[in-house]
Amino acid sequence: MGYFENIGKSIRSLQNGFGATARHFSKLGKSRKHRGVEDDAYFEEADKAVTIQYPMEKIPVPDVGRYRLHMEGEDCIACDKCARICPVDCITIESFKATEDLGYTSDGSKKRLELPVFDIDMAKCCYCGLCTTVCPTECLTMTKVYDFSEYNRDNFIYHFGMLSPEEEKQKREALDLIQLAKKQAVAEKAGDKPKLAKPKLARPKMKKPLLKTRPKKEED
Amino acid sequence: MNILLSIPIPTVIQVGLTIGFVAVYTLLAVYAERKVSAFIQDRLGPMETGPHGIFQTFADVLKLVTKELITPSAANRWMFALAPAVIFVSVFAAFGALPLFAKADEMAMNIGLLYIIGVLSVDIMGLLMAGWGSNNKYAMLGAARSVAQIVSYEVPATLALLSAIMMYGSLNMQEIAFQQSIYTEEGVRMLGIWDLSQFGGITTWGIFSYPHLIIAFVVYLIAGLAECNRAPFDLPEAESELVSGYHVEYGGFRFALVMLAEYGKMLIVGIIASVIFLGAWNSPLPNIGPLNLASWTSGEPGSRAGILWGGFWIVSKGFLIVLLFMWVRWTLPRVRVDQLMTICWKYLTPIGFVLFFLSGIWKVGETYMSLGG
Repeated sequence: MGYFENIGKSIRSLQNGFGATARHFSKLGKSRKHRGVEDDAYFEEADKAVTIQYPMEKIPVPDVGRYRLHMEGEDCIACDKCARICPVDCITIESFKATEDLGYTSDGSKKRLELPVFDIDMAKCCYCGLCTTVCPTECLTMTKVYDFSEYNRDNFIYHFGMLSPEEEKQKREALDLIQLAKKQAVAEKAGDKPKLAKPKLARPKMKKPLLKTRPKKEED
Repeated sequence: MNILLSIPIPTVIQVGLTIGFVAVYTLLAVYAERKVSAFIQDRLGPMETGPHGIFQTFADVLKLVTKELITPSAANRWMFALAPAVIFVSVFAAFGALPLFAKADEMAMNIGLLYIIGVLSVDIMGLLMAGWGSNNKYAMLGAARSVAQIVSYEVPATLALLSAIMMYGSLNMQEIAFQQSIYTEEGVRMLGIWDLSQFGGITTWGIFSYPHLIIAFVVYLIAGLAECNRAPFDLPEAESELVSGYHVEYGGFRFALVMLAEYGKMLIVGIIASVIFLGAWNSPLPNIGPLNLASWTSGEPGSRAGILWGGFWIVSKGFLIVLLFMWVRWTLPRVRVDQLMTICWKYLTPIGFVLFFLSGIWKVGETYMSLGG
């Protein structure tokens, strides 16, 4: 390219560049309104400033947003599925057999386990949502709350357990009493021999169905 | 500056006020830079500190001033500590010779422009001291690039100014300003023919009287950009490759001084350009028929109105050029080193020589005409 062509080309490209920045500058920092795509004025927003002054203005998130986890304790049957599927092990569940009638969940499942501890560590959570898909009673859901920063890391552990420490103590004692009573009743009925035989029979019984179900799942 | 120097108060206070002016200008310029860049990029810029974020830079400076001064253990202590002072003083000293209004006689130095060009060149020493003294590879590379760049670009910048100085026949900036004014006694001749001094305003500006100076003005602006180490010639502080160049090791007040000098230099380049090419402290509005806009928007030399109007026009012209520099910065990407040198030696310098030659021909022609006539 010739010397003077070069100069001419530079001047033209400078014109283009300065024109582009001047066009944007002339908008002088008008903020966007957060319209949905169904709004007719949606494409007019493209010219305006992209800045969102976060704490003061927020982009609306969908009602089905999948951010912070929430657990509806009344509906939980303490099946432990969520804790087992969690890839980062952020759910801790403790449960024991209920001594009284706990009633039914809102989808009609019978509740048989007391739920003293159901902790979710949201600092560990990776928001994969696997726990919500395995939950049989749909008590574990993701909500649209996304801004929940804390000053103390411990505050990220959300406690969804249903029992206070005193209640837990009471109910565990009640359960122990009942189990003790059952054991005594069994011992009175059948002396010493069946006591030794029972565990030997029980172990293979537990293992066989586990081995059978696994290949079945793969075939499906 | 000169306004302040004409007030009968002790020199120390005058200097203090001048530093204050430069500091306040820098605060505003940094804020303007942020806003300009934000608007060009469809953002809002600082919005939190004060209404529309106007106190953002004040807060930043407050933080800088309260920061601890850290000297790297490997640095050359004396050079490291002195460099920001050298940079700042060289830029600050140049403010002294700027003609801010008519009859600022204290600063009507007969070698004014030469003094400013010379003093601004000392800035390079400071940059090199900062880069070398930091004992940091990025700082060293940045300083080396900076020195190479500024020394190179001083040639086209000075050539552009020289072609203008030849036309005015003076290095005295006050004299140059008067030659573009409606208050001149000799008259201002466009192309050396038509006397337009009764119209004044833009028609008496240097770029109007001597049209080839428009190109000189552009050459000077481009070279001035490079001398200020500003984009697209910001290789010395290229963030993406050199972190921040020669001031990478600086923090706190020393960094503030370097920034102050950087923005101060920009204003000086802007004011020099407006004095030489854009009519210095003269109003840009011409007299049109019964509308004596030029006379209304400028005062008699030496009067209070003259001081205020003069100060207003020259500072606004300087600020406009600073704004132009910001616009350039947020429009153009950084050039490569070879492109930098190509622009300087293959384009600007030859153009500068041609302008220099044109000015010479003009002057010879003028002398020939006056002898013949």
